[in-house]
Amino acid sequence: MTGVWVVVGVLVLATVFGVWFRRTSGRIKDAPVPISGVVPAKDDDPPVDIEPDVPDARSTALAEALAGRLGQQATVVQFSSAFCQPCRATRRILEEVTAMVPGVAHVEIDAEDNLDLVRALDIRRTPTVLFLDAQGGIRKHASGLPRKADVIAAIGDLVPGDSAPPPDFAI
Amino acid sequence: MSSIDSKSVSSAKADDCTREQIDPRGPRFGGAITTVVLALALVLIGTTAGTVLIAWQTLVFALGAIVGLQAQPYGIVFRRLIRPRLAPPAEMEDAAPPRFAQAVGLAFLVVALVASLLGVTVVATVAVAFALAAAFLNAAFDFCLGCEMYLLGKRLAHR
Repeated sequence: MTGVWVVVGVLVLATVFGVWFRRTSGRIKDAPVPISGVVPAKDDDPPVDIEPDVPDARSTALAEALAGRLGQQATVVQFSSAFCQPCRATRRILEEVTAMVPGVAHVEIDAEDNLDLVRALDIRRTPTVLFLDAQGGIRKHASGLPRKADVIAAIGDLVPGDSAPPPDFAI
Repeated sequence: MSSIDSKSVSSAKADDCTREQIDPRGPRFGGAITTVVLALALVLIGTTAGTVLIAWQTLVFALGAIVGLQAQPYGIVFRRLIRPRLAPPAEMEDAAPPRFAQAVGLAFLVVALVASLLGVTVVATVAVAFALAAAFLNAAFDFCLGCEMYLLGKRLAHR
């Protein structure tokens, strides 16, 4: 009889987890604090003395890894691994969208070959996607397969108006 | 900290063409059968029938992980009986992640089998319960537990 209750318990817990996972996976979130880069000021803000940007360990590690591969406007960094089902679909979406917007680069990093960087950035799953501004600061991130429309919106947020994807961009 | 190993980045793409490709519905079908087998095994745990079911599923995982997915009995059923009746899949997927998942399942089932044979029912129950959760998540949500844990494991293993 115990076995029956274990089966029921496992299936209920797994269902709750599965539904939560479906909802949250691939959602693009703002980075809690823009890492490195200069915080963009609004036009009507009074001039303030901005502390000289002190690069933290994370942005230094990422900047080193991306040396020379940053896009002019923005960079989309994808961490992938061998045993990763959604990595290929993620790559396809990111390549498609970044190809539409000039100055936006897509860089794919093999997580297993760059474990120091993976630890420094606290990347736990593949695919993890980071959206970097022109200065290489991490502005947004997502883990899991992101939706194409969300990727377009995220890049639109990072890139000044005229070069962002047009609103009728096919989704 | 070294810069990105660009060789590995570009080879990851090239591999797509050469790696073994499978119908993604195969592993999900297998996950559904595994879910039923393991649920039955949990209900019957501590009996001979329970141990036989655990031994059978251990063999299934061992074939899938060690020989390859083409030798996995549920995969064979899918290819012979189910797939011919379905439309072709929207796209194929790499065989590596589901094969890795079979290896993770095998690890749990070996523990369960040894515990069952020794009569340590509690350990067997816990091990089968984890395997059941993984198989169900695979079948119902297309979530590969082993694959998701893979990078965390790598991070912990290579300090």
